[in-house]
Amino acid sequence: MRIILHIWRQKDANSPGKMVRYEVPDVNEHMSFLEMLDVLNERLIEQGEDPVTFDHDCREGICGACGFVINGIPHGPQPSTTVCQLHMRHFKDGDELYLEPWRAKAFPVIKDLMVDRSAFDRIISAGGFISVPTGSAPDGNAIPVPKEKADLAMDAAQCIGCGACVAACPNASAMLFTGAKISHLALLPQGQPERRDRALKMVAQMNAEAFGACTNIAECEAVCPKDIKIENIARMFRDFISASVLKRAG
Amino acid sequence: MGFELNAKIPSGPIEEQWDKCRFEMKLVSPANRRKFSVIVVGSGLAGGAGAASLGELGYNVKCFCYQDSPRRAHSIAAQGGINAAKNYQNDGDSVFRLFYDTVKGGDFRSREANVYRLAQVSLNIIDQCVAQGVPFAREYGGTLANRSFGGAQVSRTFYARGQTGQQLLLGAYQALQRQVAQGQVQMFPRHEMLDLVVVNGRARGIVTRNMITGQFEAHLADAVVLATGGYGNVFYLSTNAKGCNTTAIWRAYKRGAGFANPCFTQIHPTCIPVSGEYQSKLTLMSESLRNDGRIWVPKKPGDKRPPNEIPEEERDYYLERIYPSFGNLAPRDVSSRAAKRVCDEGRGVGPSGNGVYLDFSDAIRRLGRRTIEERYGNLFEMYERITGENPYEVPMRIYPASHYTMGGLWVDYKLMSTIPGLFVAGEANFSDHGANRLGASALMQGLADGYFILPYTIGDYLASEHPEREPVSKDAPEVKEALDRVAGITRRLLEVNGKHSPDYFHRELGKIMWEYCGMSRNEAGLKRALELLPELKERFWKEVKVPGENEMLNQTLEKAGRVADFLELGELMCLDALERDESCGAHFREEHQTEDGEAVRDDENFSHVAVWEYKGDGERPQLHKEPLVFEYVKPTVRSYK
Repeated sequence: MRIILHIWRQKDANSPGKMVRYEVPDVNEHMSFLEMLDVLNERLIEQGEDPVTFDHDCREGICGACGFVINGIPHGPQPSTTVCQLHMRHFKDGDELYLEPWRAKAFPVIKDLMVDRSAFDRIISAGGFISVPTGSAPDGNAIPVPKEKADLAMDAAQCIGCGACVAACPNASAMLFTGAKISHLALLPQGQPERRDRALKMVAQMNAEAFGACTNIAECEAVCPKDIKIENIARMFRDFISASVLKRAG
Repeated sequence: MGFELNAKIPSGPIEEQWDKCRFEMKLVSPANRRKFSVIVVGSGLAGGAGAASLGELGYNVKCFCYQDSPRRAHSIAAQGGINAAKNYQNDGDSVFRLFYDTVKGGDFRSREANVYRLAQVSLNIIDQCVAQGVPFAREYGGTLANRSFGGAQVSRTFYARGQTGQQLLLGAYQALQRQVAQGQVQMFPRHEMLDLVVVNGRARGIVTRNMITGQFEAHLADAVVLATGGYGNVFYLSTNAKGCNTTAIWRAYKRGAGFANPCFTQIHPTCIPVSGEYQSKLTLMSESLRNDGRIWVPKKPGDKRPPNEIPEEERDYYLERIYPSFGNLAPRDVSSRAAKRVCDEGRGVGPSGNGVYLDFSDAIRRLGRRTIEERYGNLFEMYERITGENPYEVPMRIYPASHYTMGGLWVDYKLMSTIPGLFVAGEANFSDHGANRLGASALMQGLADGYFILPYTIGDYLASEHPEREPVSKDAPEVKEALDRVAGITRRLLEVNGKHSPDYFHRELGKIMWEYCGMSRNEAGLKRALELLPELKERFWKEVKVPGENEMLNQTLEKAGRVADFLELGELMCLDALERDESCGAHFREEHQTEDGEAVRDDENFSHVAVWEYKGDGERPQLHKEPLVFEYVKPTVRSYK
């Protein structure tokens, strides 16, 4: 099939960008979306042109490196699917697709479809961990964890940090990402000692990175390739509010 | 020049060796640690855990990765689980049994002392990860759950659904980010290591390229750790991430680090088959599927009927037939070769004929669809996303693919390479898996090296060798020479201005390697590959095309440099495979097999680690041998029948 692509091309962070039209005339339905871009890029290289830059690595939907917006939807039209796992059989001959990078103040464009998501690393650095230096752990079975809690924690921990939630949100909020990490650790007994402090610090860092606030639109949940639920944002709010109150109470 | 191999295995009974070693190693006092700096290249399980642990101790750590965040290292893609000899299931597991299984699974080509230590340390790993908040699967009573994996008869595998690697990596990443916040670790994402700086025979730093600006930078330190993963992408198609490469270890090899057993590469039996020339990578389907799936092909060659129209009596469940006691759970190397054999006989399935069925219909009938969905739901979804076929209704099609490399840079018991001050951890070293790795052991080894071995052995090196007494400046001639060398390679790549993309050559390389140095090898084929590879390398340097320049984000340039190194590594692999005139584990030489096609080892002549020393471009590398001594597990014929 023939696919027409309009791709955001931007030389670097400081240059203006624009949409450029490309045609890929021989797309096979078994190709992944990124394989289609590989084919396009190989042609561009052989013609001596600069290929389209995009982040990608595992191509199994787990590393979280890839992601861009296809026709207005982060990771494209298939639910629960990263763009590397999106296959061309979901498109048809003659489709015109518009590819853009994540758009958010906190995710500046580096080049073409590639953005800088280091703000996520800084949010984790602010408190997204349990302070347990190597060697200081008790026996694994010394800390029983009820199965349902472990399962809920795992649901939240599945986040791959791709940033689609931010790209989908009209406020460019990172609350699904931050809420998922706060929930994962707050649901487990190991996470209790630092629970309040964690919520305060991670939320503060999130705000410092110029992410917006949540207004309960739930676009983030709709595009999340790992089905992270917005109930994690509610858990984050609960921890944040109770920690704020308790901190004030002293 | 030239090196001598001294594995520095402590004396005494095997169960006391690591304790003895730890006691004998020198310590750096807490107040002095901040005077030392350590470079860690790679941020996966070994690198991330190592950098975090060294930071916790108080060393100044610089950690580098090519991804945009350390959380994306390819350890993240491991699905099935991590082994540990906890014996929580009360099924007779022990440190010695895990040690025994790993040595046997490696077909008696690993170092006993290292493997024993790995089994010991496995206990601490699980504790550490649980304390970090890794959400392992639990029983209803709240205790940790286990499952079994290939090559073992006990349940010792800990798991977090089908995303164990992800959760373990996030645990290490979070510990790392904590050290970043404290200023103990400085993180350099989107930086690629392109050379090693060696001064007075010691590793003192690295040269990197900033992948956004193209700037070459020299980073100096008192010790360097390479935790840069395996080289499975030499086959082009593999289950590795697209960015996985050999450049860091290959360039260290060219600076004098010995390369051990490069031909030991593991082919995983259950991957989704290739669908076309455009294919960019292969996707693994967890080994755990073989617990309930039955593998078969039609009895008749060229049978093109859809699977449900092939009656039971015309199907060959070949693993169950050939290996009745292990059946569909035969180890990886054995299962992979069996699949290749039936496909070579013309009995393969699917459009390309390179596939076998993994059929769940019996299991669904026996256990119900619900149970199968609970066990493997996410894997079935992934399969359907990629192939467009529903495995609840039609059998999966699978085929072996390159997955893991047991070979890597040679290290001694303290994980130090033949270059003093250069340590190698995780898949990048050769140490623990011999000629074949068992499932759920890669995560164990990466974390063992990073959390529990490097933090001690690097301290010992720093305290006994005192590299800080010979400060190296950025103006040192060795630093300049390394920077010039890197700039030179880059300039050459940009100047060729040929007609083919780096991927074109990578695909060509992959075809040669898969054909002649893949699942089975023979003398004539390897010799043929050793003719083809230099030709391909020559063509690469005449015909590769890299648009753009260095001083920009240039993914084609990154790729070209990696392919150039893979082309050279391919030759060394073939040379090693030719030299190792026996079959063992994943290395199958067709000349050495039983009548039923099983591997035949030659312990008389090949019970050693083959370590290659670089002797210059176009020169034959020199082979050194580290003899392997088996005092605790007597080499026997591995049988899974």
